[in-house]
Amino acid sequence: MDKMPKWADVVLIPLISLILAAVISSLVILAIGEDPIAAVKLMVSGALGSSNGWGYTLYYATNFMFTGLAVAVAFHASLFNIGGEGQAMLGGLGVALVCLFIPWPHWSLAIVGAAGAAALFGAAWAMIPAYLQVRRGSHVVITTIMFNFIAFSLLNYLLVNQLRPPRAMDPASAKFPEATHLPSLHDILGTVGIEFSKHAPANVSLLIAVAACFAVWALIWRTRFGFELRAFGKSESAARYAGISPFKITMVAMLISGGLAGMMAINNVMGESERLVLNAVEGAGFIGIAVSLMGRNHPFGVFLAAILFGFLYQGGAELALWTDIPRELIIVIQALVIMFTGALDNMVRMPLERIFLALNTKKEG
Amino acid sequence: MTSTPALELKGISKAFGPVQANKDISISVQPGTIHGIIGENGAGKSTLMSILYGFYKADAGEIFIKGQKTAIPDSQAAISAGIGMVFQHFKLVENFTVLENIILGAEDGGLLRPSLAKARKELKHLAEEYELNVDPDALIENLSVGHQQRVEILKALYRQAEILILDEPTGVLTPAEADQLFRILDRLREEGKTIILITHKLREIMDTTDTVSVMRRGEMTATVKTAETSPEQLAELMVGRKVLLQVEKAPAQPGATILEVKNLSVTDDKGVQRLKDVSLNIRAGEILGIAGVAGNGQSELMEILGGMISGTGAVTLNGEPLDLTGRFSDGRSRRARGVAHVPEDRQSEGLIMDFHAWENVAFGYHHDEKYQKNALFMDNNALREDTQRKMDKFDVRPPLPWLAAKNFSGGNQQKIVVAREIERNPDLLLVGQPTRGVDIGAIEFIHKQIIELRDQGKAILLVSVELDEIMSLSDRIAVMFDGKIMGERMPEDTNAQELGLLMAGVAGNGGAA
Amino acid sequence: MDFLTLLQVLDTTIRFATPLLLACLAGLYSERAGIFDIGLEGKMLAAAFFSAAVAYTSGNVWIGLLAGVAVSVLLSILHGLASITFRGNQLISGLAITMLVGGMTVLVAQDWFKQGGRTPQLEGAARFEPITLPFAIGPADAEAKGEQLSKLIAEASPLQQIYSELISGHPILVYLALALVPLTWWVLFRTRFGLRLRAVGENPASVDTAGVSVVSLRYSAVLICGVLCGLAGAYLATAMQAGFVKDMTTGRGYIALAALIFAKWRPWYALWTTLLFGLFQALELRTDVIENVIGMAVQSQLLGALPYILTVVILAGFVGKAIPPRAGGQPYVKER
Repeated sequence: MDKMPKWADVVLIPLISLILAAVISSLVILAIGEDPIAAVKLMVSGALGSSNGWGYTLYYATNFMFTGLAVAVAFHASLFNIGGEGQAMLGGLGVALVCLFIPWPHWSLAIVGAAGAAALFGAAWAMIPAYLQVRRGSHVVITTIMFNFIAFSLLNYLLVNQLRPPRAMDPASAKFPEATHLPSLHDILGTVGIEFSKHAPANVSLLIAVAACFAVWALIWRTRFGFELRAFGKSESAARYAGISPFKITMVAMLISGGLAGMMAINNVMGESERLVLNAVEGAGFIGIAVSLMGRNHPFGVFLAAILFGFLYQGGAELALWTDIPRELIIVIQALVIMFTGALDNMVRMPLERIFLALNTKKEG
Repeated sequence: MTSTPALELKGISKAFGPVQANKDISISVQPGTIHGIIGENGAGKSTLMSILYGFYKADAGEIFIKGQKTAIPDSQAAISAGIGMVFQHFKLVENFTVLENIILGAEDGGLLRPSLAKARKELKHLAEEYELNVDPDALIENLSVGHQQRVEILKALYRQAEILILDEPTGVLTPAEADQLFRILDRLREEGKTIILITHKLREIMDTTDTVSVMRRGEMTATVKTAETSPEQLAELMVGRKVLLQVEKAPAQPGATILEVKNLSVTDDKGVQRLKDVSLNIRAGEILGIAGVAGNGQSELMEILGGMISGTGAVTLNGEPLDLTGRFSDGRSRRARGVAHVPEDRQSEGLIMDFHAWENVAFGYHHDEKYQKNALFMDNNALREDTQRKMDKFDVRPPLPWLAAKNFSGGNQQKIVVAREIERNPDLLLVGQPTRGVDIGAIEFIHKQIIELRDQGKAILLVSVELDEIMSLSDRIAVMFDGKIMGERMPEDTNAQELGLLMAGVAGNGGAA
Repeated sequence: MDFLTLLQVLDTTIRFATPLLLACLAGLYSERAGIFDIGLEGKMLAAAFFSAAVAYTSGNVWIGLLAGVAVSVLLSILHGLASITFRGNQLISGLAITMLVGGMTVLVAQDWFKQGGRTPQLEGAARFEPITLPFAIGPADAEAKGEQLSKLIAEASPLQQIYSELISGHPILVYLALALVPLTWWVLFRTRFGLRLRAVGENPASVDTAGVSVVSLRYSAVLICGVLCGLAGAYLATAMQAGFVKDMTTGRGYIALAALIFAKWRPWYALWTTLLFGLFQALELRTDVIENVIGMAVQSQLLGALPYILTVVILAGFVGKAIPPRAGGQPYVKER
């Protein structure tokens, strides 16, 4: 029998992991001579206390939904895609090319083209590691790591030598034309009469990210492909018995994963900076891993975890602004969440299982 | 006659959560004897031996070695107490030499060279004393299974084991290799070693042991002198009631040829030829049983017919050729052609252990029209209803479609697989080890289902390492050895001895082919 | 291209290869024992920071080295805890450790030195200085003669040039790293510890049933890995560079990982592979040399990506098949 109820596995374990991460982070804050409680207050007021704060929180959350879903889809096929970072960079390249070189009449058309290009470029960048895994046996984790570095070099080259406008100094593309600018939450909510901060970068991509959560849920739990994907992820030998092609599953799973990671670019590149800069992804690919682990690889969990990390990110930026706590604190929290939910899972799980076992025997006895 | 027992267990108990694996077990083994422990899978034999080897700590009970009360908290303690263990799955490092494997954990000092030299000398000595010849410099991966087992025995002897425990030692051996093993064991007994033989094969117990203990559901039901018992009595003690080894069935009424296999060959990734020019046929309403020691090509035969691997030759199903290259076929396309497949290993192939029962009922057939809601989505409700129906019909307990496969007992897991495959109404059913790790009640049920399918005029290919099962179910028996069919026999015209010879690679005269 | 330029490139190759070699050997111990470690990068980075910070604060590079190694070992224990004791996912653990260090070093550096996540420049005894081997032309000779060192070497015989330019004049950690190659070989293939280490990476059950603790063997491998990563990181911050800057490992841990695969988990191959990768990095600084040899310019970004691209090519198995230790990445659970 299962050692503990499903809700404990889905809710309790991530929660405890999060609390552990929070406790350790508080100790770190204490150690550098700051007040953790004041820090949390500042984070909450900065990230959730105003529509401006929410605008940033949701902007970051949009990024993390895409990269979190990317990791989750691959995880269901038992593939660990560490390459979200590079795939999102390439997605940004796709968006930039489409926005710069196609004269779009209206943003609504531009976003379709840009999303397609972003997904295509991201998927292409995930395709090679996927192919090498199924056909050449090279581990997808290692190759996707390498592809992150290669993506950076490629982007660096293109931005410095090709896409940089004449006389510009920093490695970045030209501004995208006006017609490709996406409506922000301010614009959208304004049409229904809700006041929202004008400066916050959250934009229409948020709705696409939420739609992506639904689409991924339906894909994984309602389609034949999702069935095969999960079966392959649970047992490769059984999948082979059932005639499920490892080649097909690995390739398609990684293409979808890379495509989702790439689609993040419609938010950060098209929606926010409106040009392509070198460090546009800012580690969101890696945060996707934390989001997916925290969200138990379920799209709804990913949605919640993405908002949580959006809050942490915006809150962390506020901290860096008003205190001596650097932004890197958020990286520490994120690393701790990954550590506790992904690697030290059993440390949390074993004592919990013992408690539930004791409770059960008491009930029966 | 009773000297101090070499080994004595008193009141050993061990529970895993709510499961009582060993309940108040006591035995006493005299030095210089072979003591058998017999019981079905899951009777608690392996748990008992793991306790003796320090893998588990008993909840209660005491162990005495040569009359001395001994605590065995870990394997190191077991080794120093003179206990040597030959596991069912060998614990050897495949890319090490024999010598390196033997000294591992028993080295003298920090440097290898002196240890290796000493072991080489000692090995020569042991080889002479017990007729245990193995090339000390051979890599394990290049040795036959029988020789690998010898290395395990040598490992124990090198550590000066006085008590040698062998866990299902003949499962992977040919009859000839098994006979050799028993000669070695006799030899060890003559030299005063004490041997504990764990097995579920009655013949081995009757042939080799001095005394035998029977285990059932974690309890020791009896300990008797082998000379004073009979296989029937032991079998009854094992299962708790008379066993019906004979399956009731009407004579076969074979119809048209369903499956025709000609010159089928399979070579694996390592370049080893696993199937060599196999030819056979099965007609409608007929069960062809494949007898053989595990690892002689039966698995590959099942897998290539099931579309899992590729090979060469010609196979027709209902007169139409089957693709063997793997380019145009896989498990799914085979199913579409009417081939159902109960795989040999239900846990790693037949089921997804983490999936719900209802997902497992669709597994492999998830493209079937009746499970689809529309072009995009599956109809999970239809699937669950279908599962409920199958569970009721096949008496799967508990009949809960939402339960994960891993939470069913072995027998009920197998019923789920069999229900899925048989209910699809296939033309050809491939069945591998249908009753491995399945309780007696479920065995009878599954056997009945297979025969019923035959009586509906389907062709059935049965692979089993249980000779009894082959002999009682099959309408025709083909014996495989080293990737070849050694011969075909009718069950009524043959006996276990003759089949055993064929399984050992001793060619019969002609056969039905 | 003249002989001396070649020597200079090779000299730089050795400097760049050293941290790769140390990290590669670190990974070798760990992976040979069946513990995958993609956290080499993080451990190096942590050691780089703490060795530089402590060396600066104490003014003694040796104390710095000790501090760097200690922190790296602590992280190794964390990795061991996750992958051995709690049987967690080794890849995720390695990733989390690398990430944790990336954040923590900046946090601590900022709090400690207030220089935007870097340490102050190291000078004098707070750094590992190059060692001039006996009979080699070194800075002392240059000072005595009142001439440039490079000029003295340029005037010497080719043999002396090789000796002075290429072999002499490296910090002690370089020689230590080179000495570790035969030592590692000897430990792995000639000692009891090595036999057991290799066995536990191939089939931990064989070690367990022989009465040897799988857990302590794996922990010792992981600890050795920590020590070597510590040396690698300390070399970066206190010998190759003079101080710590944010993310200064720049993927070296991952290149070392790739080198390990290319080297098929063997010590001597590890040396040759890391030298090759070191050469790529050296050439990145001397694109003019490439231009001279092949007659066309190469984009520096391409050179930067070359180790990774080659690694992918290597990983794809186009250059021989690399078979990892069979039990690699698998937590050991006793079989019933």
